[in-house]
Amino acid sequence: MISFEYIADNIDKWLNNTFSPWLALTIEFVIVGVLCIGLFAVLGLVLIMMERKVSAYMQVRLGPNRVGPKGMFQTVADTLKLLVKEGLTPAGSDKFLFNLAPFVVMIAAMLVLAPIAFAKNFQIWDINIGVLYVSAVSSIGVIGILMAGWASNNKYSLLGAMRSGAQIVSYELSAGLSILVVVIFTGDLSISQIIESQQTGWWIFRGHIPMLIAFIIFIIAVTAETNRAPFDLAEAESELTAGFHTEYSGMKFALFFLAEYVNIFIVCAIGATLFLGGWMPLHIGNWEAFNSIMDWIPSSLWFVGKTFFLIFVIMWFRWTFPRLRIDQLLNLEWKYLLPISMFNLLLATLIAIQGWYF
Amino acid sequence: MLEEIAVNDTGDLIINVGPQHPSTHGVLHLIITLNGETIKNIDPNLGYIHRSIEKMCESLSYRQFIYVTSRMDYLSSHINNHACALTVEKGLQIEVPERAQYIRVIMDELTRLASHQLWWGAAAMDVGALTPFFHAFREREMINEIMEETCGARLTMNYNVPGGVMADIHPDFQRKTKAFLAFFKDKLPEYDELVTGNIIFQNRMKDIGIISKEDAISYGCSGPTARASGVSCDIRKTHPYSIYDKVQFDEVLETTGDSFGRYLVRMQEMRQSIHIIEQLIDNIPEGDFQAKTKAVLKLPKGEFYTRVETARGELGVYIVSEGGLTPYRIKFRSPGFSNLSALNHMAKGQKIGDMVAIMATLDLVIPDIDR
Amino acid sequence: MFITQYIKEVFTGVKSLLIGMRRTGYYFTHHKEIITQQYPNEIPVMAERFKGEVIMLHDQNNEHACTGCTACELACPNATIKIVTKFDITPEGKKKKAIDKFVYHLELCTLCNLCIEACPTGAIKMGQNFEHSVFNRAELTKVLNKPGSKVRDDVE
Repeated sequence: MISFEYIADNIDKWLNNTFSPWLALTIEFVIVGVLCIGLFAVLGLVLIMMERKVSAYMQVRLGPNRVGPKGMFQTVADTLKLLVKEGLTPAGSDKFLFNLAPFVVMIAAMLVLAPIAFAKNFQIWDINIGVLYVSAVSSIGVIGILMAGWASNNKYSLLGAMRSGAQIVSYELSAGLSILVVVIFTGDLSISQIIESQQTGWWIFRGHIPMLIAFIIFIIAVTAETNRAPFDLAEAESELTAGFHTEYSGMKFALFFLAEYVNIFIVCAIGATLFLGGWMPLHIGNWEAFNSIMDWIPSSLWFVGKTFFLIFVIMWFRWTFPRLRIDQLLNLEWKYLLPISMFNLLLATLIAIQGWYF
Repeated sequence: MLEEIAVNDTGDLIINVGPQHPSTHGVLHLIITLNGETIKNIDPNLGYIHRSIEKMCESLSYRQFIYVTSRMDYLSSHINNHACALTVEKGLQIEVPERAQYIRVIMDELTRLASHQLWWGAAAMDVGALTPFFHAFREREMINEIMEETCGARLTMNYNVPGGVMADIHPDFQRKTKAFLAFFKDKLPEYDELVTGNIIFQNRMKDIGIISKEDAISYGCSGPTARASGVSCDIRKTHPYSIYDKVQFDEVLETTGDSFGRYLVRMQEMRQSIHIIEQLIDNIPEGDFQAKTKAVLKLPKGEFYTRVETARGELGVYIVSEGGLTPYRIKFRSPGFSNLSALNHMAKGQKIGDMVAIMATLDLVIPDIDR
Repeated sequence: MFITQYIKEVFTGVKSLLIGMRRTGYYFTHHKEIITQQYPNEIPVMAERFKGEVIMLHDQNNEHACTGCTACELACPNATIKIVTKFDITPEGKKKKAIDKFVYHLELCTLCNLCIEACPTGAIKMGQNFEHSVFNRAELTKVLNKPGSKVRDDVE
C-alpha cells in the first residue's frame, strides 16, 4: 500500500544508494525544507479560506464565492495582492528589528514543525524530548511579537506587544501542565512513543476525567498562546486598531498573518497528538475486528482529520465569543486555569499510579 | 493639532484614539492619558464632522429644513424629523390627523428598534464578538425594507412633513410589520443566548463605567444612559407627545449605572417598542394622512421648543422665529453631546478595553454630537 | 462555601459559553438561514416608492407635463433643479413660455421628495434606479426633458 512511510523510505534508500551518505543527507535536508515551506504556503491558503467560510456560515453569510470555483482561489488572489504591495517601514522605527520581527515569528513557527508526526513513521525529527522541545520552541514566537511592537515606534503596537508578552508567559504554564498530564500517563516525552501508547485507545478516552480537564485547559491555553479570539488582546482590533502589527504592510504583514495560522495548525496538531492519538486510528481496547477496520483508513487522514477538527473548534471560539479584558485574561489564567490544572496534575498522578485508567 | 508628544510632564503615555479608529464609530478624536493600561484622563476632541446644520437650517424654509435633521442622528432620522415637524406644527397650531400621528409613532418605534439593533451588533463587536453584528443586521434589514416600501428610503426617510406624513402607508405595511415583529420576537432570545448571558460579555460590562444618579443628572445625560442610573427621563412618559399618552408601555429603569445596566435598558426598550407597535399596528384609524397646510409656511414671531425621545436620549428642537420664511435661529439639543461629556467621568481609572465597552454602551453617533 | 462557589462559577461560566457556541453552531450547520443577496447576479426589485432619482414622465408622443413653473426649483433645499425657459411661438402667433431645459444635478440631490410634492402637474416623479456610479462627475448633471419634447396640450 502506498503510504507516506513507504514513499519516504524508498526515497531515502534510493538517495543513499545513488549518492554518498553525506550528500544524500544534504539532499534530504533540502527536500524537507522545501516541503516545509510548501506546507506553510498551502496551510496558509487552506486555513484562511476555512476561517472565512466558517465565519461566513456562522454569520449567516456566504463568504468568498467569486474567485475560482466556490471562491477557492480567493486567498491565492489575496496573497498575490500582498506580494506586490509595498512594504512600508515607518520613519521613526528601528528598521533592523522592524524587518527582522516577521521572520522571527515565522521561523519560530517553522521550528515547531520538526517533531510532529504527520502519518505513521512519517516525521521530520523524532527527537526523544519532543513534547518539551515543542513547548520550549513555541514560546520563541513571542520575542518576534515583542520585537515588532517595540520596533514599530507606535503606541498601539507597544501596548499590543506588552499584552502579548504577559499573556503568553502566563498561558505557557497551564499549557505545559496539561501536557504534563499526558506525559505522566505515557511516561515518555517523545512524540512517537506518545502515539504508540495510544494503541489501545486515545488518551482522552482512556484517561477519562483528568485527561478531559487537561484537554479543555490545553485548548483554552493554546488559543491564548496563538493570540486568537477571545484572547486576541495583542491585536484587539476595536481597542488597539491592529495591535503589534499596526505598522506592517505588504508581505511583512502577510508573514505575521501566515505565522498565526501556522501556529494554530501546530498547536492543534500537538493537541491531536497528545489527546486524540495523532495518526493513530480510533482503537477500542481489544476489539480486533473494529480496530482492523479502522486501520484501513490511512494514518495521514486520521491526523489531518483530528487536527482540522481542533482547528475548527478554535475558529468556532473566535466567531462566538467577545474578547476578554487584559486583567480578566490574567485572572482566568492565575485564578482558574492554573489552580485547576495543578489539582488536575495531582489527580492524574494518583490515577496513573493506581492504574485507574483503561 | 497636537505636536508629537508621547509622554506628558508627569510621565504618562498620551494616546490619540481617532479620528480614524474602529471603536469610535465615526470621526471622534479622544486624547487619552494612560498610566500603563489604566486611563487617567480622556479629552474628547470634537468637530471633525461638523457641517453647521443649525446654520444651514436658517437659510431653509420650514418645509425644507426637516430633511437636514435626518443627517444629525442618522440612526433615528425619523424621530429627528418628527421633532422638527412637531415644532413647526406647534408654531402654526396645525391639528395633525390621528392617522398621521399613529403612522408617525409606529415609524418612530420601528426606527428605535432598528437603531437599537445596530447598537447591539456594534456593542458586541466593540467587545470583540463579530458574529452578533451580522445577526443584528439581518433583522434591521427587514425594518429597512418596510421603510423603503412606505417612505421610499431606507435610512434618511424624510417622511415627516409639517401637518402629517408625506404619503400614506403602503398597503403591505401592516402585514409586513406584523411579520417582522413575529420574526424578531423569535430572534430576541438568540440575542440573549449569544451575548447577554455570555460570561465573558458580562464580565466585560459589569461594574465598569459607573455613573451615579446625581452625576447622570448633572452631566445632562438622557435616554438609556441616564435611565440605567435610575433617572426617570423618558420624554415619552414625562412629556408625552403625539399619541404616546394613549399607548401602554413601561419606562425601563435600572439602578446599577454601569455598562451592563445600559445594555439591559436598551434590550428591554426593544421589547417595549415591540409592545407599542403591537398596540398600534391594527388600530390605525382611517382618515387623512396629512393636514391641509398653506403652500408657504410662516411661523409667528416667537420661540418654540419641542423635546422628543430619540433612540439615544432627549432631542430638543428650539426655533426662534422673526415671522419670516426661514427660522431666525435653530438650536438642537442633541443627546449624544451630553452623553459623551460623561465619558471622562465614567472611564477614569478603567482600562483601555473598558473605555471601548463604555463607548459602546453610550451608543454615540458622531454626526449627532457635532451636527 | 468558597470552594463550592468557585466550582459553581466555573460551571455557569462554561455553560453560558456553550449556549453561545450552540447558537453559532446552529447557524454553521443550517445553511438555509443564509441571507446573502448576491447583488450583481440577482438585481433587487426596488419598491415602487423607492427614491432613486428624479425623472420626468414622457408619453408616447414625446410630450411631458412640465410647464416650467419652477415650483420644484423653489422647493428644492439644495438647488438641485435648474429650469431654463424659452418662448415658443404658438400657431396663433403668440409667445408662450415653455421649458428649454430641465437641468437636474443628481450629485447635489438628497432625494428628499420635496420637488415631487411641490409639482402641480405631476410632471416629475422619483425613479427606482439606484446604480448611479459614473466615471465623470459631469455625467451626473442631467437634462430631464427629452430632446424635441414639448408640453402636453391639456396641461395648464
